[in-house]
Amino acid sequence: MRSLAAILMLLLMTCGVWASDAAQLINALAPGDFKERETAISALAASGAEEAAPVLQALSGGNLYVRKSDGKVFIAETRGDALALTDPVGMAAAGEGAKADIEKIKINNNLRRLISNALGGLTMVSTDPAARRKAALSVLKSGDPAALPSLEKAISDEKDAGLAALMKQAAAAATLRSDRSDAEKMAAIGVLKERTDRDTAALLTAFAATTDSGLKDAATAAAQSIESTLARWAAVQNVWYGLSLSSVLLLAAIGLAITFGVMGVINMAHGEMVMLGAYTTYVVQGMVAQHAPGLLPYALLLAVPAAFLVSGSVGVALERCVIRFLYGRPLETLLATWGVSLVLQQAVRSIFGPTNKEVTTPAWMSGSVDVGGVLSLTMNRIVILAFALAVFAGLMMLMKASTAGLQMRAVTQNRPMANAMGIRSNWVDALTFGLGSGIAGLAGVALSQIDNVSPNLGQSYIIDSFLVVVFGGVGNLWGTLAGAVTLGVANKFLEPFAGAVLGKILILIAVILFIQKRPRGLFALKGRWVEA
Amino acid sequence: MIQAPVTPILGRGGVIFLVLLLAVAILVPVLNLFATPGSALHVPDYMVTLIGKYLCYALLALAVDLVWGFCGILSLGHGAFFALGGYAMGMYLMRQIGSRGVYGNPELPDFMVFLNWKELPWYWQGFEYFPFALLMVFLVPGALAFVFGWLAFRSRVTGVYLSIITQAMTFALLLAFFRNDMGFGGNNGLTDFKDILGFPVQASTTRAVLYFCSALALGGCFILARRIVSSKLGLVLVSIRDAESRTRFLGYRVEHYKLFVFTVSAMMAGLAGALYVPQVGIINPSEFSPENSIETVIWTAFGGRGTLWGAALGAIVVNAAKSWFTGLLPDAWLFILGGLFIVVTLFMPKGLAGIFSGWRWAPRPPVTEAAKVSTQAAE
Amino acid sequence: MKITRRGILKSAVALSAVAAAAGLPTYAFAEGETIKVGILHSLSGTMAISETTLKDVMLMLIEQQNAKGGLLGKKLEAVVVDPASDWPLFAEKARQLISADKCAAVFGCWTSVSRKSVLPVFEELNGLLFYPVQYEGEESSKNVFYTGAAPNQQAIPAVDYLANEGVQRWVLAGTDYVYPRTTNKILETYLKDVLKVAPDDIMINYTPFGHSDWQSIVADIKKFGSAGKKTAVVSTINGDANVPFYKELGQQGVAATDIPVVAFSVGEEELAGIDKGPLVGHLAAWNYFMSIENPTNADFIKSWKTFIKDDKRVTNDPMEAHFIGFNMWVEAVKKAGTTDTDPVADAIIGVAVPNLSGGYSTMMPNHHITKPVLIGEIQESGQFEIVWQTPGLVVGDEWSDFLPDSKDLISDWRKPLSCGNFNVATGKCGGAG
Repeated sequence: MRSLAAILMLLLMTCGVWASDAAQLINALAPGDFKERETAISALAASGAEEAAPVLQALSGGNLYVRKSDGKVFIAETRGDALALTDPVGMAAAGEGAKADIEKIKINNNLRRLISNALGGLTMVSTDPAARRKAALSVLKSGDPAALPSLEKAISDEKDAGLAALMKQAAAAATLRSDRSDAEKMAAIGVLKERTDRDTAALLTAFAATTDSGLKDAATAAAQSIESTLARWAAVQNVWYGLSLSSVLLLAAIGLAITFGVMGVINMAHGEMVMLGAYTTYVVQGMVAQHAPGLLPYALLLAVPAAFLVSGSVGVALERCVIRFLYGRPLETLLATWGVSLVLQQAVRSIFGPTNKEVTTPAWMSGSVDVGGVLSLTMNRIVILAFALAVFAGLMMLMKASTAGLQMRAVTQNRPMANAMGIRSNWVDALTFGLGSGIAGLAGVALSQIDNVSPNLGQSYIIDSFLVVVFGGVGNLWGTLAGAVTLGVANKFLEPFAGAVLGKILILIAVILFIQKRPRGLFALKGRWVEA
Repeated sequence: MIQAPVTPILGRGGVIFLVLLLAVAILVPVLNLFATPGSALHVPDYMVTLIGKYLCYALLALAVDLVWGFCGILSLGHGAFFALGGYAMGMYLMRQIGSRGVYGNPELPDFMVFLNWKELPWYWQGFEYFPFALLMVFLVPGALAFVFGWLAFRSRVTGVYLSIITQAMTFALLLAFFRNDMGFGGNNGLTDFKDILGFPVQASTTRAVLYFCSALALGGCFILARRIVSSKLGLVLVSIRDAESRTRFLGYRVEHYKLFVFTVSAMMAGLAGALYVPQVGIINPSEFSPENSIETVIWTAFGGRGTLWGAALGAIVVNAAKSWFTGLLPDAWLFILGGLFIVVTLFMPKGLAGIFSGWRWAPRPPVTEAAKVSTQAAE
Repeated sequence: MKITRRGILKSAVALSAVAAAAGLPTYAFAEGETIKVGILHSLSGTMAISETTLKDVMLMLIEQQNAKGGLLGKKLEAVVVDPASDWPLFAEKARQLISADKCAAVFGCWTSVSRKSVLPVFEELNGLLFYPVQYEGEESSKNVFYTGAAPNQQAIPAVDYLANEGVQRWVLAGTDYVYPRTTNKILETYLKDVLKVAPDDIMINYTPFGHSDWQSIVADIKKFGSAGKKTAVVSTINGDANVPFYKELGQQGVAATDIPVVAFSVGEEELAGIDKGPLVGHLAAWNYFMSIENPTNADFIKSWKTFIKDDKRVTNDPMEAHFIGFNMWVEAVKKAGTTDTDPVADAIIGVAVPNLSGGYSTMMPNHHITKPVLIGEIQESGQFEIVWQTPGLVVGDEWSDFLPDSKDLISDWRKPLSCGNFNVATGKCGGAG
């Protein structure tokens, strides 16, 4: 299809039609099926008409419509029940149209790709550096030789050295597909070799398959060198995956490390505290979207204290109403908190409905960061990792360096003595439980970014959380950290070899065997009171 | 290992329980088979199966109570033994289908046929014989419990650590049985059974017999469990529960006692699973899910830990409530069930069994330090 | 009082409202003379997320039928139970619905295992089950009517579409249970034998239920897709795990223009819980999309939004399946003049009712229905834009032609054959014979 488009383009250029009426080219986008639209898009892009870029952008964004009566194409925007029309030629407002009278011009993935390639050529000389970068990247991916002339012009005009290098790589990619000389292609392979990412390796492999000359070996070698660099970095990539899984485990478990580890409550409702945190995020986001849409990107930050407060107050209420009667009978806390978890789940299901709720990812948490061109770290995972560490550090500070933390430790270690020293152990209990629950709520904020926000959210993490706390050693926060990191990283190293299911089974068996070796977890607490 | 009983075997509660069980065991099938359908006395078929299912759960709860109530081993993985027993029985029932499967393959179960398996895996061999399958019902859970217990008790893994690793065990098994490559039918499990010992599983007489067997198994295991706990061995178990280190210092090999009772309990759970499967008609990996095991512990606590008959009663009551409310109040039954658990914990610390020894109106007063130490040791 | 007090109340209120609004006479139903319809969908546990909607849609359909005068002059009464995503409980509840509540028909189940669990019960007690979800095929029961898609009504057309778009390399990713396993087995054979794809160009991956950490797998898919050939992912990942999967796809920048993902279990309802921005262009194959424009569908959507009192709720494929199944059952009961199982099961074969995609669906002798197959691309609005559809209707094929042991089997429940697994090679009923 691409060659057809190229031929068509040549044809159009030679005939000198390209200066003809742009409106005709634009109106040609509407009729026919996807194949015909493909031809029309190529023709429009090749015409070099100034309308081409905005029209194609509108088409890609789903804002291009056709009037059913006369087949005229408009850029349209929804305004209430009608559509505000703009005539693409001259960009003048053209009144409003009823939805029934005009029809959206549909595109599919192939067309979307074609448009992005075409726009690559058209926006290469844009004044906006971001647009130029995007254009260069798009050519780099497509390797469309038609973009070569404009690309070469752009390179010579480019002031930004980094951007120019990127454009050169893009030009090299396009050169491989073009009919330029072998020497130029050889040089292009040399340029591309420096770019160690998977897409480039793919480009080179694909090129190697199309040629028989000496270029084939050079391209294959270059692809292999990229592949082997990537393979060397695979272990590092795995560590990263492991760490980001660890951060999720840590967040999920750390609240439990307080309620279960420090206070000894077998808190089956821990997962539901996490879930409440996630739903709070959903509610906060909804409220922000309604009342202060400008703040939407920061709704997640607002949700952090909100989730802490919501889950924390539910935790305090739970402690005051149920758990305080059960101290000294930890097993009965299992029964009661299980009941609480059933009630909370069903309550959320009744209020919010059983379906998943949408929590959007703000722009600052989307996308990924390339490290050295070989490691790709996704933003949301980086943020979650940082958040987990911050929560952990904050909690450690609170426990070790504040009066409240001192009192918490005193009460859990020796209640009568703490009472005798004038600590109001009742309140300390409630606050400790609230703290653990509040932290679970924080975990919910983070999990809403990577998992379902549904009534079952908590249940899927409760088993892992208990495992992490016990593996690390009950009652020791450092143990929880070590447990989360060990389990997360081990899991990600096993996964490529054993598969996701078997990997998890192996981890579980390893934990069972490990506990035989160290019956009190990784970081066992020492001292007589532990045995009590 | 079991010596002469040193306390009365059954006790008043036990006798009442056995009499009631016997009455139910006989009355239900009789009223099902001989009363005229439609009359007030007639027990419909689905009731028989339903009560049969409860009795299997009751046996499972009994097994949990034996290790938890009397030896302080809180197993959050007893569902695994139950499911293994169930799978052993399920494999026998699958083999009985023979060429009546949808593909008519005389050798392979349907799920193997459509996944292009060519021959029966080695671990399916022998399950066409009922005695072998019956042996496996006890042997597989027993062996797993023995190995697991031997490792854990020898290393003195106790308390929550033990609970969590039993949970890890059942979770690992859950994931393993989910895998289709394991050859146990994956998530769909084993189903569509036809015959047991040549009798069609769907016939009401077969159902009545299975029901009666469940009641019999429950009664038998109850007597066995009572026999164990009322012997001298039982006293040692209780002392392990209340003060493990002290018992060890007195010269008892604590791990041997624990291992014995844990293995017996696992076999009971396996038997419960084996009786459960033909009555319910399906065994699937979800029986391994940790939630199921936790629920079993909750039935036990709900009914009253450390009485055996209380545990069985708890299982029956909770499950009957579940059956009833899921039909009556499909949108709100979790509130009721959850609320029930909270109320029972707060106001009836001894569970349902405690009703017979006095209803407690107020939340329990703060425990004394001595009592706290003893309960903590029990974890 | 019976289970359905709320249901009766609801339908009574709505009934009078509808009657008043339309100026229709209010029908006076004889007291106690009701036809019971069982609804067997999980309202709690892991499957509640998908199944609750189907319970609601059934309540709406029953309410509408009552507003039209009920059935055979009697009022329909919904019996709702909650099998709580617990498979043995499904069997118990099915038994209760048929033998205790005497339901004339049961609409329910979602997962394959729940259907497998209740199947023996329906066969033993001779009840009727309408199953509304796409499934793996390889089953045909006298008592079950499959109104969802069989693999040939969803998976194979989707692969055809992508192959036509130039895809040469395939990732078959699924949750490890029977539906993905079977579908992938069928697709693998189809890709190798019909589309002549080299074994190297097929990657198969299974993950556990509720899998939430997709980093490595998405990275693997990216790697697999960078071999220079156009790659697509065929996803049979189960509902719950889809959200984290799509979130990870978005984060790692796998755009539909690079590696399109075509899913068989992701519909409007599932998308409602995901940020659609990064997913535009990924595909789904279904027999119905909410975005279809025709008067029947517009009516259905309108009454659904009114019924559920939420303007944001969406409709999806299994809901359409219940719509078709329920109407077919109604027609069959009218035709048979009774609600007894056997006459209704005989009468329903050949019954054609309007579907929501603008045509008619017919119940075939193999208890599967005819449906169009649609391929849609995800839009930012959470709707699908239909990019392709089969020219005609596709008949559900219960025994796949691409599995060696089932290719000779057919199912025909008409007399005199009345057989669910007739072997055309041996001429015998009962599988391989």
